Amino acid sequence: MNPEPRSEANEGFSDCGQALATLYRFLDGALDEKRRTDIASHLDGCGHCHEMYSFEAEVRAMVARGATEEVPEGLRERIAARLRELDA
Amino acid sequence: MADQATFVEDAMDHMQGLYTAALRMTHKPADAEDLVQETYLKAYRAYGGFTEGTNLRAWLYRILTNSYINQYRAKQRRPDETTLGDNDDFFLYRRVDELGSLVGRSAEDELFGWFTDDEVKAALDSLPENFRLAVLLADVQGFAYKEIAEITDVPVGTVMSRLHRGRKALHKSLYNHAVDRGIVPVSSEA
Repeated sequence: MNPEPRSEANEGFSDCGQALATLYRFLDGALDEKRRTDIASHLDGCGHCHEMYSFEAEVRAMVARGATEEVPEGLRERIAARLRELDA
Repeated sequence: MADQATFVEDAMDHMQGLYTAALRMTHKPADAEDLVQETYLKAYRAYGGFTEGTNLRAWLYRILTNSYINQYRAKQRRPDETTLGDNDDFFLYRRVDELGSLVGRSAEDELFGWFTDDEVKAALDSLPENFRLAVLLADVQGFAYKEIAEITDVPVGTVMSRLHRGRKALHKSLYNHAVDRGIVPVSSEA
């Protein structure tokens, strides 16, 4: 397995290096429509970049799932009660 | 301004996310509960100054962040930002991909199920707090760069740099957990 991005040409977005440089901004929803579309079409045609994108997206989803806590029992009610006191 | 009953109803929907962030910042459930409660009380009192149609969720996280900084930050010993090493881009991917290729699996399939929730939390906790907060807001709560800049009161460029370095350090820390558990062999490069 070659860990380096391949440099095969692709329509709309020709460079794997560029695609990977914008990987997080893509996943963060921070690219404009044109760049987003260019990357999406690059990913359609480039298995390696596609795999890296899915991997990073999966790590992020795993972090979000792993970190998410349940609200402790009673907290919601305690806060609601305190807010009602403020009204009184 | 909307009436306060509507505000309370809308704001209450964000409690799980606020508590999640509060616990990762304070590390103590009791402190996290106090911080969340204080956030709601402050928001309720300040609600007159909140304009309807603006971003309620981001506003709540901003109050939470400021309350945390004012009350808890000074009490805690924390890792210095300079202890964040400069890790390679795609460090975790490259390590996992190497291992996966030995057994003919993609990096994504190889990763699946590696880490427990506790390990994810420990990896987040190992980040210096500015980086931890940025990663929590982006990757766990899904805020945009601009919102994180407003919540944490720093320029967008700083948010992006904290996210870049914070995520790399997070991935390195996750990988180290996997090494500690013996899931992966110690690599000479790691």
